[in-house]
Amino acid sequence: MQKGEVLNYDYTVAKWFIYTTVFFGIVGMLIGTIIAYQMAFPDLNYLAGEYGTFGRLRPLHTNGSIFGFMLSGIFATWYYVGQRVLKVSMAESPFLMAVGKLHFWIYLITMTAAVVSLFAGYTTSKEYAELEWPIDIAIVILWVLWGVSIFGLIGIRREKTLYISLWYYIATFLGIAMLYLFNNMEVPTYFVAGMGDILHSVSMYAGTNDALIQWWYGHNAVAFVFTVGIIAQIYYFLPKESGQPIFSYKLSLLSFWALMFVYLWAGGHHLLYSTVPDWMQTMASVFSIVLILPSWGSAINILLTMKGEWGQLKSNPLIKFMILASTFYMFSTIEGPIQSIKSVNALAHFTDWIPGHVHDGTLGWVGFMTMAAMFHMAPRIFKKELYSKKLMEMQFWLQTTGIVLYFSSMWVSGITQGMMWRATDQFGNLTYSFIDTVTVLIPYYVIRATGGLFYLIGFFMFTYNMYKTISRGRVLEKEPISASPIAA
Amino acid sequence: MFAWLEKRPFFFAVVLFLVIAYAGVIENLPHFTEQARPVEGTKPYTPLELAGRHVYIKDSCNACHSQLIRPFKSETDRYGMYSLSGEYAYDRPFLWGSKRTGPDLMRVGNYRTTDWHENHMWEPISVVPKSIMPAYKHMFTKNADLETAYAEAYTVKKVFSVPYDEEGMPKLGNWEEAKEQMFKEAKVIVDKMKNQEVKDAFAKGEIRQIVAMIAYLNSLK
Repeated sequence: MQKGEVLNYDYTVAKWFIYTTVFFGIVGMLIGTIIAYQMAFPDLNYLAGEYGTFGRLRPLHTNGSIFGFMLSGIFATWYYVGQRVLKVSMAESPFLMAVGKLHFWIYLITMTAAVVSLFAGYTTSKEYAELEWPIDIAIVILWVLWGVSIFGLIGIRREKTLYISLWYYIATFLGIAMLYLFNNMEVPTYFVAGMGDILHSVSMYAGTNDALIQWWYGHNAVAFVFTVGIIAQIYYFLPKESGQPIFSYKLSLLSFWALMFVYLWAGGHHLLYSTVPDWMQTMASVFSIVLILPSWGSAINILLTMKGEWGQLKSNPLIKFMILASTFYMFSTIEGPIQSIKSVNALAHFTDWIPGHVHDGTLGWVGFMTMAAMFHMAPRIFKKELYSKKLMEMQFWLQTTGIVLYFSSMWVSGITQGMMWRATDQFGNLTYSFIDTVTVLIPYYVIRATGGLFYLIGFFMFTYNMYKTISRGRVLEKEPISASPIAA
Repeated sequence: MFAWLEKRPFFFAVVLFLVIAYAGVIENLPHFTEQARPVEGTKPYTPLELAGRHVYIKDSCNACHSQLIRPFKSETDRYGMYSLSGEYAYDRPFLWGSKRTGPDLMRVGNYRTTDWHENHMWEPISVVPKSIMPAYKHMFTKNADLETAYAEAYTVKKVFSVPYDEEGMPKLGNWEEAKEQMFKEAKVIVDKMKNQEVKDAFAKGEIRQIVAMIAYLNSLK
């Protein structure tokens, strides 16, 4: 490459993954809203026969949101950010281009198979690892392809030093690879017995061991998709959009390695007071609290990046999305450790406070960051001005209100539930029958579902804004340097 | 050191992997064999109960019901003896759940009966007014997958040495024997049920999902 020559990055695959991000976002959040209303209005369970009950739809909501929406977002940003921080275009390597395209198509086929099989009731029951063995194999293949894409692009890079975002993408790749493989070890029964359902398999681990492996996976799948893959994005997009350098290299170093060192221990906090060994529960509890340090380290690093530039929050809605995202990241990473304290967990476990906590992270942190990344990439990929600032502002406030309704109602509901389960009268007898503790929560379920509905409507606004940008946006002559151009 | 690693992707990835992976090794390995040991009296599920367990999983009952009683008085009062690790020795997968939208079911077999379950699964509010659980009427019209249940029992016996056919343990035998056993167990349940459709189907040699499901729920003690 000649000095001064501009690289022509190839965004074909990034574009495709942006479409799936939007599509699975709608699917995941729509189902989420439906099942949230089902808890308040049980008749909604009968909209589609056996295929529409809460139990069938819940894995569809989680898988659709995590592996559909969030993971698509991670892949889309990888195929955008990767080239740019490595200073190499995918167009330079036909091999990597082919790998990227294959990666996308296998991903799409796998996700389609996942949706169909979950509707049909094929599930291993392990949370976020519900998919049956043939789909697991497909996931391994697509994951390896992603790895080839990452390390292939790194192999032909011009920029020798790996930027912070890349550390996090590599960590997402390695972490999920290890966790997914071990948690999905299963024996397809058909091949041993020669009869029965060919899609059925049985877990290699039993009982307590199965639980241990599952939550080692379950919690850290959260870590490496919801956290690591999203930090990768904010470390790139916030400095780019704001024109500000990252506040501290040392702080990013400390946060990254500490996060990697500590996070895997925290899975055991899902098993407090269960039958796993006590020392493990204590370790999980302690490490979960230590986890505040690296989490807040990243968040503070991000917030201080805006030092002296807070005015941008007023002028640029994308900055607002990202700053609120990191604020919610701080919020959920203090809430999680609090819930991991054994005495708090005794109350909080099995209650609505837990999904409440998860959604602070997913709606506030992951959702906002992913949408901000899409908004930032759109003008650069499609060479169009963003369609509407007004709509973006409305979306921001509607969704923020939705999240507040969501977590506040789930706090109240979860703590109410926990307190009622343990309440005793003056003679030491349980005060409430179980159904009493259910009916009292209905108003909170309505508020929660409505919060979810607000967020969903906001997501439709985001979709519309993206659609209009791509189809109608004013054509940009050259790539914007920092703040993304937005029409009023 | 870090600046050095950041220029060398291979070593970066290796070091990073070690930093991620060590915790799993320390956490998961030491107690692995010990935790898999059953407590005395714990038996593997009979094939019919397994078929019911599959229905339980298929409809994700575990999304709303736990099977883990924590060692608190408020829980042992409500659900019975707290859980022991060895009681789960034959649970593949474990079904502890992570949310109690409905009550724990670890020992539901101790305090609910076949007819209660039949009424409840057909129309939950008929036995628990104001319940928000959906009705599961399709379980009364669809057949349980007996072959897959047998295949799983056979697999765990072969691959994980689960003690089927040993003294004092459930019988498995070959497919024909297992089938006969399943119908014998199912008959006890069908006889106590009132749903005519389920009875007629059974007379024709079909076992409905609800029958297997109740067999499973009754086995949880």
